[in-house]
Amino acid sequence: MSACSRLVLAVLCVSALPAAALTTVDIAYLEETRPPVTTLANLEPPPADLGRAGVELGIRDNDSTGKFLQQRFQLHSIQLPAGVPASEWMARLNKTKARLVVLNLPASTLEALLKQPGQEGMLWFNAGAADDRLRQSECKPNLLHTLPGRAMQADALAQYLVAKRWKKWFLVSGPQPEDAAYAAAIRRAAKRFGGQIVGEKAWRYSHDARRTAQAEVPSFTQVTDHEVMIVADERGDFGDYFSYRTWLPRPIAGTQGLVAAGWHASAEQWGAVQLQNRFRAYAKRPMQSADYAGWAAVRSVGEAAARTQSADAKTLRDYIRSPEFELAAFKGRSLSYRAWNGELRQPMLIAQPRALVSLSPQEGFLHPNSDLDTLGFDAPEVKCKP
Amino acid sequence: MTLFPRLACCAALLAALPALADTVYVSNEKDHTLSVIDSTSMKVLKTVPVGKRPRGITLSKDGTQLYICASDDNTVQVLDLATLKVIHNLPSGEDPEQFALSPDGKQLYVANEDSNVVTIIDIPSRRVAGQIDVGVEPEGMAVSPDGRWAVNTSETTNMVHWIDTRTRKLVDNTLVDQRPRYARFSDDSKLLWVSSEVGGTVSVIDVATRKRIHTIRFAIPGIPKDRIQPVGMRLTRDGRYAFVALGPANHVAVVDAKTYAPVKYLLVGRRVWHTALTGDEKQLWVSNGISNDVSVIDVDTLKVVKSIATGRYPWGVAIKP
Repeated sequence: MSACSRLVLAVLCVSALPAAALTTVDIAYLEETRPPVTTLANLEPPPADLGRAGVELGIRDNDSTGKFLQQRFQLHSIQLPAGVPASEWMARLNKTKARLVVLNLPASTLEALLKQPGQEGMLWFNAGAADDRLRQSECKPNLLHTLPGRAMQADALAQYLVAKRWKKWFLVSGPQPEDAAYAAAIRRAAKRFGGQIVGEKAWRYSHDARRTAQAEVPSFTQVTDHEVMIVADERGDFGDYFSYRTWLPRPIAGTQGLVAAGWHASAEQWGAVQLQNRFRAYAKRPMQSADYAGWAAVRSVGEAAARTQSADAKTLRDYIRSPEFELAAFKGRSLSYRAWNGELRQPMLIAQPRALVSLSPQEGFLHPNSDLDTLGFDAPEVKCKP
Repeated sequence: MTLFPRLACCAALLAALPALADTVYVSNEKDHTLSVIDSTSMKVLKTVPVGKRPRGITLSKDGTQLYICASDDNTVQVLDLATLKVIHNLPSGEDPEQFALSPDGKQLYVANEDSNVVTIIDIPSRRVAGQIDVGVEPEGMAVSPDGRWAVNTSETTNMVHWIDTRTRKLVDNTLVDQRPRYARFSDDSKLLWVSSEVGGTVSVIDVATRKRIHTIRFAIPGIPKDRIQPVGMRLTRDGRYAFVALGPANHVAVVDAKTYAPVKYLLVGRRVWHTALTGDEKQLWVSNGISNDVSVIDVDTLKVVKSIATGRYPWGVAIKP
């Protein structure tokens, strides 16, 4: 356990009430240290506590409620580098005795972990991997997703572009496998909502786009006419350098420019200011989507514990997956988990870097049960057994 | 009915009332002002500059002063109603949003949204008499007319916290639906009504047992369920009606306070937030945050009679009879 999380644990222990009839709810947080992203921009490196700060704030929020219900929430943080075998992760997790687990890991590590013996007894919250296969073909009854998958992100963006009648898109994707996955989600979204991908191009240059972009980008983007240029650049190597340099004056959307995400620092409606303030006071930086996903996972446990008055993982899991479960999460509507794939149904924020632009689902996209289910995989599209 | 007979009907109604008009005060959250409106002429008499981000407003017991939560100034201002000038401040703790006056007029219970506490202000001495830890994001605040209980709702904790006013201790908690924003006691102190914004319901709680006895759900044809977000409420003294502002549903629900059934929905302005009744309870005034106006509802006919423009983001409404 890192020194930082040990300190957090110590602080949480000290601030807990005298242990009269207190029930402790144990939550584990597993994080795989991501390799330092060699983003070419030197503006804002991803914070070291990205994701974890959201989880820690969730614990504090849970404890504020818990103290009235004789409950306290104990966080067990485990951070390991890439390449550690899944059996090692499982062994460390088992030592904590926690069975409610928030995961901030790449999909491959998550998949390996969920093949480990004993995994069925856990309730796993995926707050770190946006891979669609986890939500479409690899569902499990004890696997929930608070981070919106790529399909949800692409659908949310597509709905906005179509609502604006900007239906002709040109898609530029980077060389990474994640970029290809995002591009695939955009293609799916185009088919669903009536976007028309008029052309595609692959950005294969590995050089620093900042230096040469003024020369490269205009000629690279001198393509079929389009209304929006969508970039698939999850690492941020070139997407930021397209705006205002393209051949035609066109807005950039996708992984940079106009982005669809579960959270944005500019969100302020529905009491979001309170969450933003609390997060900033705690983490000394703005709240990002990965933090919100971690926060939502921990708050789901807190809400379930408050309603069931239980710390038992099975009781909490049954309640969270029941129709009664509701989570108020500062986006104006109750959130809940989809029965068919465990993904948290939530409004998506459409935002440019400094301001909120819109919220999806857009008005007019109908659904028999909940318009939130127009984003991501709906029941008939999921290939797992329920 | 054509327009003129309807206006004549309303004018006749108004003419039948005693000639003294009530004064309606409206806090304008984003303009940092207070609108002062005459309830008979329905005209804005004056717009008074006040502190930053004014939200909750409450009349003093003797009706000569208005207490204003100036949230971004972290203070409660005291406005003299004769001169319409702020005469002094009261220490309120951080970010006061809503507050409630004790029946003897001597104490203000203030919900401090950012610091998870309720601050009790002793008005005569202008000092903080105590602070009580509550849940996350305290907002709704109410004191029972018999003075026994002060309750606070915590939005993220989803609870009603019961504070014994004699001991100033938090003695009990009632879980309600998601995001409880507003609490109101019935006149006989026997029931507590609590609105849950994201839950979309109003909980009716029996004060003696502190347990929920009824949950009111709303349905408006053509309005998606998620848009129905109850916030402010008022109960008539005669126990006949409860009025519930439904936020982005743009309607006020009229609830039969005996059967708890919604009987009518009145279309008002955009994002209807808070409410107040005139002294004779013949009019209900509601603030419409996004359309920047207030709507006036005639209680006898249950009709919306007028909308009056105010400053930006009208929030609280207080009426001096």
